[in-house]
Parts: sequence; C-alpha cells; structure tokens
Amino acid sequence: MELYSLTIHELHELLKKREVSSKEATESVLKRMESIDEKVNSYITVTHKLAMEQAKRADENIKQGKVNTLTGIPLAIKDILCIKGVRTTCGSRILENFIAPYDATVIKRLKEKGAVFIGRTNMDEFAMGSSTETSYFGTTRNPWNLDCVPGGSSGGSAAAVSADECIGALGTDTGGSIRQPAACCGMVGLKPTYGRVSRFGLVAFASSLDQIGPMTKDVKDTAILMNEICGYDHRDSTSVNVGVPDYTQVLGKEVKGMAAGIPREYFIEGMDKEVEQSVKEAIKVLEKLGMEIKEVSLPHTEYAVAGYYLIAPAEASSNLARYDGVKYGYRSNEGEGLLDMYKASRSKGFGTEVKRRIMLGTYALSAGYYDAYYKKASQVRTLIRNDFEKVFRECDVIVTPTTPTPAFKIGEKADDPLKMYLSDIFTIPANLAGIAGISIPCGFSSRGMPIGLQMLANSFQEEKLLKVSHAYEQHTKWYLKKPDLKT
Amino acid sequence: MKIERKEVEHVAQLARLKFKEEQLEMFMHQMNNILEYFDKLQDLDTSGIEPTSHAVIMNNVFRNDAAEELFDKDLLLKNAPAKEKGCFKVPKVIE
Repeated sequence: MELYSLTIHELHELLKKREVSSKEATESVLKRMESIDEKVNSYITVTHKLAMEQAKRADENIKQGKVNTLTGIPLAIKDILCIKGVRTTCGSRILENFIAPYDATVIKRLKEKGAVFIGRTNMDEFAMGSSTETSYFGTTRNPWNLDCVPGGSSGGSAAAVSADECIGALGTDTGGSIRQPAACCGMVGLKPTYGRVSRFGLVAFASSLDQIGPMTKDVKDTAILMNEICGYDHRDSTSVNVGVPDYTQVLGKEVKGMAAGIPREYFIEGMDKEVEQSVKEAIKVLEKLGMEIKEVSLPHTEYAVAGYYLIAPAEASSNLARYDGVKYGYRSNEGEGLLDMYKASRSKGFGTEVKRRIMLGTYALSAGYYDAYYKKASQVRTLIRNDFEKVFRECDVIVTPTTPTPAFKIGEKADDPLKMYLSDIFTIPANLAGIAGISIPCGFSSRGMPIGLQMLANSFQEEKLLKVSHAYEQHTKWYLKKPDLKT
Repeated sequence: MKIERKEVEHVAQLARLKFKEEQLEMFMHQMNNILEYFDKLQDLDTSGIEPTSHAVIMNNVFRNDAAEELFDKDLLLKNAPAKEKGCFKVPKVIE
C-alpha cells in the first residue's frame, strides 16, 4: 500500500501511532504527482516548499503528542481560495501572477489544524464551466479515461483525489462545481448549506450561490473536513451563526425509518440509461437499508437552469468588474488613457466563457431588461425554494442522479455553451435554494466511467446526508475501485 | 427576446470589453441561442411571487466602527501592475 493512496482517516491513524511521518506521506504524494500529473493536469501550481515546511512542523507537533485529525495530512486546494504568499490564479490569465496577500478563513482554519498544502488545483476559469476546459492552464483529464473531462469547475480537485495525487481536497460549488466533478471522477463531494462555511478569501464568482466544500476518497473524510471548515466567521456577513456538530458522530448509525424522496422531474427523457439504472439500483439499496422511499415532485425544476444562468452571470458581471488592470492582475498597455486600458486588459485577460457570462449578466441587469430577466429569475428562485421546503416536510433526503450522463469527451460540448450549461441540470437547484448536497459513487457505465448519486438535504442538515451516504457507501463499496493509471 | 448587433456593442461597452468583428458575431449568435432558451421563463406566471436574492434570511450585519489592522500595504501593492510612492498608477484620466 502506497501512502498516497490512503484516506485522511487511514493516514491519521498511522501518523498518530508514529508508524509514518508527515514528511514521508507528503513526499509520497509529491512523487505520485511528478509521475502522473503530466497526463492528468490536476495542478496549476505545486507548492513543494510550503508543503515540506508544513510537514516538518507537523512531525514536530506529532512528536510532542499534538495530533489533530488533519495534522500532517497532504491536501490539495482549488486555485480559487487564497493562501497567503502563494499564487492564486482562478484558472485565469488575468490572475496568472497574483500572489494572495492573506489567507482565506478555511485556509487559516486548516493551517491551525496542521494540514499540509501540496498544491493548487486546476479549474474552469473563475469557476465558470463544467469541464475544466475553460482553464487558461489547459484541461484536466479524467483519470478513468484521459480522453474525457473530469467535470468542473473543481475538476482539478476531483481528478487529484481520484488519481491519488492528494489525500483530500477542497473545491467550491456555485451550480454543481463540487458534485458534478465528484460524480465524473468517482469520488465524494459535498456542497454545504449556503452560510455554513465562510467565503472570506474565496474569490467571488456568484456571491449568493458560492460555497466551499470537501472532496474526498470516502464519506468519513468528508465528515472530518466538514468538522474543520464549518462555522461562523465575522468576516463573511453571509456566514450563519449555527453551531457545528461533530459530523463523524452520525457515521455508522442506522438509517432505518428515514424517508428518501425521489423527484420524478429528475428522471427525464433522454437521460443516459446506465445512469438511470445505477441510480434506481441505489434507491433499492436504500430501501433494503430500511429507508422509506417516496415519490415526490419538484415542479419548477425545469426552470432552474434558465434561472441560474441569469442569476449567476448577473452576479459575476458585477463581481468581475474589479479586474480592471489597476490594483492587481494583468494590464495591457494598448491604447491611450484609462478606458482603453480597462478594455484591453479585460479583453485580453479573460477567456471566452468568462466574457460570455459577463456579457449575459451585464445584459440581464441593463436598463429595460431587469424585470424580464433578473427579477423573473429571482422569482423562479423563490418557487424552487418553496418546492424543496414542501418536500422536506415529509422527507429527510432527496435522492437523484448527480449528472444526466457520465463524463463526456473533451471537446464534445466546448463549442455549444447551452449544451454545456444543461450538464448542470440536476445540481443547480440546490444552489438556488441554498440547501446542502452530496455526490457519492454509485456504479460504473459499461465503458468503465463512474456514475454519481446525488442526495440533497434541507439547510444545515448535512448530518443526514453524511449518515445516509456512509450507510450506502459501506454497503456497496464502490469507493474502493480506483482508476488504472499506468505510471 | 432577440439581441441586436447594436445592443451587443452597447453591452460590451458597459462591461468594458472589446471584441473583434468575428467575436462580436459569435457572441451575438450564442447569446441569442441562450436568450431563446431563457424565454421559457416567460411561460411561467410569477405574479405576486416575492423575488429571492439570497437563500438565507439576512439582516444587515454591523461591526464595531473600529480600525482593524488587516492587510500589509506593501504586500497588497506588490500585485499592482504599476505603482508609485505607495499608490496605484494608472494612465491619464483627463485629456
């Protein structure tokens, strides 16, 4: 067993007993990266020096008996979370040389717990995409089939976890950017409730939807990371002051008597037959575990994609106004005067998808169109929230596929933005409603590509997701299967 | 709703972006495809529905009006494309 292939809790046990050192574990992961990342391209930046320093400090602490669950654990961080003194690019040319001047709150918390940061993972530019194809630093490849996308936008984190190029990772989810790549790469990804995790130091895409979450090799690791990243932060005014439970306490508890809602709107015509089959099998497993299965309806689901692709670009167009070539980031000296400088810097610094969304958002917010687009979309958001609220009155969790198909081929949807947007169809509603969602592996297609099972729970009910996911995972053991990457 | 060429140019101006001729055409075409898809929202009767701008119920959050030492000025200026005497430097603003 190579150290890089371990989970957080497995490595923690070895570190605690001092059977291995953090230095050894970190070197093992870095070596794994060196041997395969040329193929997978999970990382934009490898923070070799920082990692070795952190590992050394962790080993000193362990020697003194100071061991937290994350002490000395090598983690990968999506390149959208600020780490002080480290390049933070957001997958964009405009931030190619940006050195973060402070730590994001989640980073600060992980540092305090002694975690080791081994690198910054690849992503769609400013988290806008479902495939990592919009990254300025090249596409990440799916470890299960290098011709396929890993999903996105947190595709680098998902591929790094699945290819054992890290022990665990953080991603961010605005419309499915944790859950969709988790499904595509066959691992676990959780989007916490909006307000559960501080967004301070997370480079903003759509502020009312963005949320940071764990991406890991099994459910227990997700619970462990949740324990450390959740909680109120006065630096994020949308952070909610609700106590953080010990999320590992629910693992292994019985799920008998819990109710799972199956929304008929998530089993649509034209969806992949193998995905449908796997999810239906998974529902049978939940029933076998003693859960009550109920057919439910979320009638406004079909309006979610349109609503989201108005709200998210509208917020993005406003958030991304800050990239003007003045305070940080790329500046073009083309033209004369300030206005020319703004336009040239932004036009050369942003990629096509980012510009497309800025244009869409600016249009939706512009005089004369606000009511027809932004306001309408915000009303749809209310209807979607109400749908969920109603279902959660009678169900503990909602069970759906995470994606309509397994990972698609690189280039397949790159020229058709609308087709790409529709690949988020099952993940978007949770962001609009602010509720929690998880994706866990539930099988493989005949071509050997992973299939993801999504579960949703009401706000601040992450424990329910972890409890049911863990019971399902331990019963089916899909998570034990790993991609065969020849080194 | 359909977006016209002139509007695309206007929106680009508002967004402080500029496009080459063929990019402008591509954006117009793609935006129209997407806007056509958005038209399905107009089928939905939303009269009397309160809009949601945030998923959590929010009140304004105040903090004490006291200075906090948060950031290192030199570190912040390090990322500036051009600077002089501790300030950000920009091209001329007024003719």
